[in-house]
Amino acid sequence: MTMAGAATSAKRRSRRRERSPLRHAVTLGLIFGTLAVYLAIVGILPMIDARWIIVDVVSLGDATLIAIGLGAGIATARATKPQRLPPLFLHALVAGAIAGGLMALLAIAMQLFDLRVVFIALSAALFETLTFGLGLPLGAIILVGAGALLAVLGAALSLSPPTIRKPVLIGLAFVVFFGVFQELIQIMMQFNDAIGSLREALYTWEGLTPEGAGAIFLATAIGTFLWTKSLRARVGERVARFTPAQHSYAKATRIILAVLLLVLFPVIAGSYIGQVMMLVGLYILMGMGLNLEVGLAGLLDLGFVAFFAVGAYTTALLTADSPHALAAYTMLPSLSYWAAMPLAVMASVIVGVLFGIPVLGVRGDYLAVATMGLGEIVRVIVQSDAAAPLLAGAQGILQIPKPSIGGYELSDPVQLFYLTLVASAVAAYFAWRLENSRLGRAWMAVRDDEDVAQALGINLVKCKLLAYGLGAAFAGLAGSIFAVMLTSIYPTSFQLLISINVLALIIVGGMASLPGVIVGAVALVGLPELLREFGEYRYLFYGAALIIMMRIKPEGLWPSATRRRELRADAGELVADDADEIAGAPAPEASSPGR
Amino acid sequence: MSEVAANRTLIPKLSSLARFTFVDVILWALRIGVVAVVVGGTIGTLIKGRYGIAQWFDFLVFGVTIGSVYALIALGYTMVYGVLRLINFAHGDIMMTGAFSGYFLASHFAETGLLDSHPVLAMLGILAVAVTTSTIIAVLTERLAYRPFRHVRGFAPLICAIGVSFFLEQTFRGALGSGIRAYPDPAWQREVVSFLGFSVPMVEILVVVAALVSMLVLYIIVQRTKMGTAMRAVSEDADAAALMGIDVNKVVVFTFVLGGAMAGIAGVCYAFVFKQVYFFMGFTPGIKAFGAAVLGGIGSVPGAMLGGLFLGIVESVGPALFLDGIGIPAPYQLRDLIAFTLLIMVLIFRPYGILGERMAKKRA
Repeated sequence: MTMAGAATSAKRRSRRRERSPLRHAVTLGLIFGTLAVYLAIVGILPMIDARWIIVDVVSLGDATLIAIGLGAGIATARATKPQRLPPLFLHALVAGAIAGGLMALLAIAMQLFDLRVVFIALSAALFETLTFGLGLPLGAIILVGAGALLAVLGAALSLSPPTIRKPVLIGLAFVVFFGVFQELIQIMMQFNDAIGSLREALYTWEGLTPEGAGAIFLATAIGTFLWTKSLRARVGERVARFTPAQHSYAKATRIILAVLLLVLFPVIAGSYIGQVMMLVGLYILMGMGLNLEVGLAGLLDLGFVAFFAVGAYTTALLTADSPHALAAYTMLPSLSYWAAMPLAVMASVIVGVLFGIPVLGVRGDYLAVATMGLGEIVRVIVQSDAAAPLLAGAQGILQIPKPSIGGYELSDPVQLFYLTLVASAVAAYFAWRLENSRLGRAWMAVRDDEDVAQALGINLVKCKLLAYGLGAAFAGLAGSIFAVMLTSIYPTSFQLLISINVLALIIVGGMASLPGVIVGAVALVGLPELLREFGEYRYLFYGAALIIMMRIKPEGLWPSATRRRELRADAGELVADDADEIAGAPAPEASSPGR
Repeated sequence: MSEVAANRTLIPKLSSLARFTFVDVILWALRIGVVAVVVGGTIGTLIKGRYGIAQWFDFLVFGVTIGSVYALIALGYTMVYGVLRLINFAHGDIMMTGAFSGYFLASHFAETGLLDSHPVLAMLGILAVAVTTSTIIAVLTERLAYRPFRHVRGFAPLICAIGVSFFLEQTFRGALGSGIRAYPDPAWQREVVSFLGFSVPMVEILVVVAALVSMLVLYIIVQRTKMGTAMRAVSEDADAAALMGIDVNKVVVFTFVLGGAMAGIAGVCYAFVFKQVYFFMGFTPGIKAFGAAVLGGIGSVPGAMLGGLFLGIVESVGPALFLDGIGIPAPYQLRDLIAFTLLIMVLIFRPYGILGERMAKKRA
């Protein structure tokens, strides 16, 4: 930190401490209120309002608003922490009332002006929901009151002892989970009769019944209560007495259970889940590839989609039954998928190396823009009429056959999911071995300081080109599977958005961390796919996730072990300085990669 | 003696040849390839003679028009980079916010007829709305997203900027709709003005004049006012400037205000040239303008102007001049290819740009 920075941030810190709790409550109320208004204007609120959590009682939209109200109260209670209760509840009341008041203002503005001309999401239906169908003066007053009430509840919840707070929150979370994913859970619960009758007890076809929700809440809340009260301590004791052999046995059991779950889950859950899981698998593959480049070698690559496209197009050109396939106008035979896949991976590696050579000398931020430019060039060429005789231009290549094993065609999404799973497992093994290899350590050295790494005798050219080439191999494999999944490919499938998507998932999951890639892919690809209507807002979610992750958890949701150690060391040093700043300021470990 | 001397000069030559690796081969192939396409294409096109002098003039004027829009956007990149050393990835989207907010007023004016009856007043109104919106959004972006990363090195600021870019795009998409909206097209903008025997559409003159005037104003602000001097001081050395009593925060906010205002003007100009707005429109011009800023030497205000104009002209003349000659069908689809190739060539071979040598040397 420079001197100027230190001076200003010290000033800011002292100002933060001086600020009166009431002002703080007002600020928090404004923040939470703005969040609610933003959700309404952008159209997320009207959209999620259509999804019931408990049929005819609470929709996901209502739940979000309730969560915002509670959140305002919790945040106020956390931030101010006065000694006596009455002023705290007053502050929470103020914060909640302000948050509700902003929503009320939105409703009033909708009544007075025709905002729909500009903001398409502000419909009459939204107005109805906002004012509880009661029209303006009354509806607005209820909004303010409800906000205040919820915030007080939130503050009370936040102050209650953890033995009460935890079961309540976990119970609510489970109700929301079972409500939001009701379609999928219901499909799964038709598996056999016993579970089927349980389904009928909890659900109607539209969603959770109030009784069902209550049952889920009670069951999970009581379960959590018992767990925290007594069971956890006992289980912990037992685990602590495990011998090393028992520990490794337990670990192996866990891994086998996880694999079994992965293999069997799509069979139980049906082909839609299979498709989603397959997509997640493809992104995991790409994520592992980009992880080699960004996470290990520190080369921020925004043109990653190009390798994915190369894999897909190579597969298509070699196997498709179309006039654009190589077999149609050259001597080459039309290959089977299994012969084409290694060639597609090879082609991606070659393109990766060719891609890497010109940008070898470019560093940091410029590298990101240069690789993005390269990726865009690939897309423009593929899309153009100039390359159309070879690559079919905007019409795309159709009729790519599905892979088959011994005459048995893998056509179902679930079967293709297994292909993806095997490919991901092999790739994960490679990625894991690479990470701990001589090459992996060289990459990390380059990431941390290029010049020092070179001085220590690391061949930068070889090191970087291997990162591009191997990273591209993963993407090429993913592209090859993608081509047979869709059986047709178009240039519009290979937008820059995919690169950003993959980047976002490794950042959310945790850079240079294999489990992080999986967590990120499930969170950023799987979840929006399951909440289908949410798909439209996926990139909004990504943008927000990137900013928020960089601000509050730059190491990711599941950081790698090394990263975690570094972070702990940094935190240890910083404790003496100011504990408050650790949470706010991205600790120096964020600054180690790059440049 | 002379033999030894000859050996001495000979040996380094040989060894430098030996150090000529395959990477250099490919880089030279890239250089030669681009030059070959440019020269070969130009000769081919001129021999074919498919385009008349009037067409070349049209290309050139359009290039200057679009180039001046790029220059306006590039100014925002270059000033922010100068002060914060940050690529404001969302700058193209800030331009989009200006264009979009101007759209609502413009279509209102077009309905009421004000755009035809009082064009100057209407245009000023549209510009004012666009500039206000994009300035506010630029300042908010700085405050909420960039300031916490002021002293963080590495990827974090750039990734955050990418996040901001997506956030802005998708917010506008959600709030204002994902469709492409047609900008109003008043008759007076389509009128053709005769100029040295060539004809130029009114809208292009308008855009060039607007861009030149705003760049002149900006240049005066940066060079002559106290705040502009402070800005230049911070971009030379932020710590020293702070020690001299300059409030760095204020300067950064001021920079974002200037950049946002330029982006707002650019947005309206861009929208009036292409007659449409949609939420993703800022992305490609944003990236290209970044290329222009690097081309001119990032951190340099006149460099951004020159870089933008140069990029616009190359992009407009290029497809016909370079690509048509070597027999590429539908060369106009490859306009972006030319711009991106230029961007990459600059980043690879001349990352300090045309006017940026002084800064590059200082930082090296």
